[in-house]
Amino acid sequence: MNFDFSDDQKQLRDQARKFLAEKCSPKAVRVVLDGKAPYDKELWKGLAEMGFLGVAIPEEFGGAGAGHLELCVIAEEMGRANAPVPFSSTVYLAAEALLIAGSDAQKKKWLPAIASGEAIGTLALFEGKGNPSPKNVKLTAANGVLNGVKKPVADGAIADFAVVAARTGSSGRDGDISLFLVDLKAGGVEVKSLTNLDPTRGQAEIIFKDCKAEPLGAAGDGWSILTQVLDRAAVLCAFEQVGGSDRALEMGRDYALDRIAFGRQIGSFQAVKHMLADMYVSATLARSNSYYGAWALSTNAAELPEAAAAARISATQAFQHCAKNNIQVHGGMGFTWEFDCHMYYRRANAMALGLGSLSYWEDQLIDRMRKKNAA
Amino acid sequence: MNFDDTPQEAEFRAIARAWIGANAPKQYEEELRKSSLGRTQLKNANILEVAKAWQKKKADAGWACLHWPEEYGGRGSSPIERVIWQQEEGAFGKLSHIFIIGHGMCGPTMMAFAREEHKRACLPPLASGEKVWCQLFSEPAGGSDVAGLRTRAEKDGDEWVINGQKIWTSGAHYSDYGILLTRTDPTVPKHKGLTMFFLDMKSPGVEVRPIKQASGAFDFNEVYFTNVRIPDHQRLGEVGDGWNVSLTTLMNERMSIGAGVSTGFPELFEYCSGLMLDDGPAIEDRAVRSKLANWAVKASGLRYTSMRAISALSKGERPGPENSIGKLVAGSMIQDVATYALDLQGAAGVVSGPEDAEVAGRFQAMLLRAPGTRVEGGTDEIMRNIIAERVLGLPGDIRVDKDVPFNKIPTKGRG
Repeated sequence: MNFDFSDDQKQLRDQARKFLAEKCSPKAVRVVLDGKAPYDKELWKGLAEMGFLGVAIPEEFGGAGAGHLELCVIAEEMGRANAPVPFSSTVYLAAEALLIAGSDAQKKKWLPAIASGEAIGTLALFEGKGNPSPKNVKLTAANGVLNGVKKPVADGAIADFAVVAARTGSSGRDGDISLFLVDLKAGGVEVKSLTNLDPTRGQAEIIFKDCKAEPLGAAGDGWSILTQVLDRAAVLCAFEQVGGSDRALEMGRDYALDRIAFGRQIGSFQAVKHMLADMYVSATLARSNSYYGAWALSTNAAELPEAAAAARISATQAFQHCAKNNIQVHGGMGFTWEFDCHMYYRRANAMALGLGSLSYWEDQLIDRMRKKNAA
Repeated sequence: MNFDDTPQEAEFRAIARAWIGANAPKQYEEELRKSSLGRTQLKNANILEVAKAWQKKKADAGWACLHWPEEYGGRGSSPIERVIWQQEEGAFGKLSHIFIIGHGMCGPTMMAFAREEHKRACLPPLASGEKVWCQLFSEPAGGSDVAGLRTRAEKDGDEWVINGQKIWTSGAHYSDYGILLTRTDPTVPKHKGLTMFFLDMKSPGVEVRPIKQASGAFDFNEVYFTNVRIPDHQRLGEVGDGWNVSLTTLMNERMSIGAGVSTGFPELFEYCSGLMLDDGPAIEDRAVRSKLANWAVKASGLRYTSMRAISALSKGERPGPENSIGKLVAGSMIQDVATYALDLQGAAGVVSGPEDAEVAGRFQAMLLRAPGTRVEGGTDEIMRNIIAERVLGLPGDIRVDKDVPFNKIPTKGRG
């Protein structure tokens, strides 16, 4: 048994960590946090040059042709660095949707552009409140044009193209939903940035008005493709959350070692030690669940739906737990804009919602466990 | 990343599986599989006898204490082979329960510190289950603070004379031998005045009194020592070095990997899958599903954490500190799981007799046994300290008694 990443994959992780430590310091993240740039363009370019954007894209489409395990270790480092770039929208959602359902022409058009950093992609699924569900998709597609409103759309204001979920039927079944590809620079859309919890990753509202779109995948297959995309993204996001959890835990630990109160390091008080120990427990459980998700993703195992849901829940909880208690360990300073704690708190809570909220994934997990038991 | 055996591992697994298939006491398999925390008897047999018979059979065929050297009754196996054996042994592994302390703690301590003739005499019958061992560390005055123990050992010629009291000794009532931590010098700071011995539990002056637990069962004992004489050659380690010797014992306790901790989750999921609530099946209730999902990811997280440790073993590495979370997570989880299962039963949850209670009272038994799991073998608080100090590198607690002679440390909180 080798339930671990290979030495090469670990080396790639170290390489990504080193690169991000240099190019994505908290100071660089703050440029986007403070609204001075919509995302870190230099970093995005650098990620392309390092081959990270296309790591899981086959060579014939301009990628490195490695695999999802390689993408997982990079995702972990993106989370650890709190990178202010549209990585998850472009790489986990748009690229994966293209890989699963794109025609050869669609893949040739967009995947090399993703790998080279020229195209930012996203998934336009949500329409206001609610979790992923066919019945929440109201935007219509007819005669090759889309009409409706999507919000929030992650990185929607900077995206070049979007995978859009649209209603093409009214039977009340999953088959009512189809996916479309939209070139957002080609007109027919109105994009508005939305103020959101985590300014280092933008959210937008996109209004589609007779917007030209081409089908992605067969008509009526939209929901089944989306389910696969969300499962893959759940695992990949879980690695970002694991990276973020570890960093938040480290920050809390370091502060507890440096800060003196009542004449002692605050890390010598059991109340603080035990809080940090519990954060370690959450982070460890999340990491182990995520490894299982990575295994299922990389082998396209039948266990992927269950593994993805478990990784999603565990990693979401861990990141929220570590980010929130990191602030608590820091005390008043943790609640200032100046300290970096709130960046992780914001990211943790935004990520907890991005692919559907915890309660949605809890529900999914139980459904999937029941299905497995019945089988 | 894969879950496959190496060729050698696969070969070992096949041999182990074949032997277990041909030799295990299959008539008890179903009952053992279904047993859960707080309920590990067999209906029509004495579990102690069944356990000893299985252990002896394993020993005769070379399947006992796999990781021990052959001359001491083991098989000289690698750590990963030990894990594979545990996986294959499955539910029959629950029969090893009464040997865990002897095999996991006493044996390794003897191996590290006993004289060669004692090792050759004592270890093979310990491995084969013919002799059961217990560990005599905790005292009324020293639980988490083991080094605060007060049982005295005083030298008299070539012998030591023991007086004092131990508590929480698992299995002392059926043990043949024990390892015993004593205080030989009360005038030096507490960690420096301790000495370890092993002794025959049938020695004159040893009295075992079972403790009735909060659950009503009797797993532990008080052990009283009145002028018990132990020959000096049964000393383990140097005089005054007992603390270091005991650390060897405790490190071995925490090294046991792959045994799998009990969380209660599989039992709860099975129960909820068949349970009808007032307004429909429990498994379709949103609140129930949310609870189940949260416990599911803890249970799976522990399972995969353990697999990560096994992978390290498989590569010949030492497992990382991740495994220290198992007992901490599982202990409070099984308590919460049992509480919730009873909540789902409503007023009927109060009935605990196996004949009348829901699912034969398994969750009631679990609830009553659970508080002990959060205390035994290191309390939740001690486990958190271990994680904070050894894994995260946070400072140790301030120990006001560290440099004080033991006999000058206060013994009363108030008055």
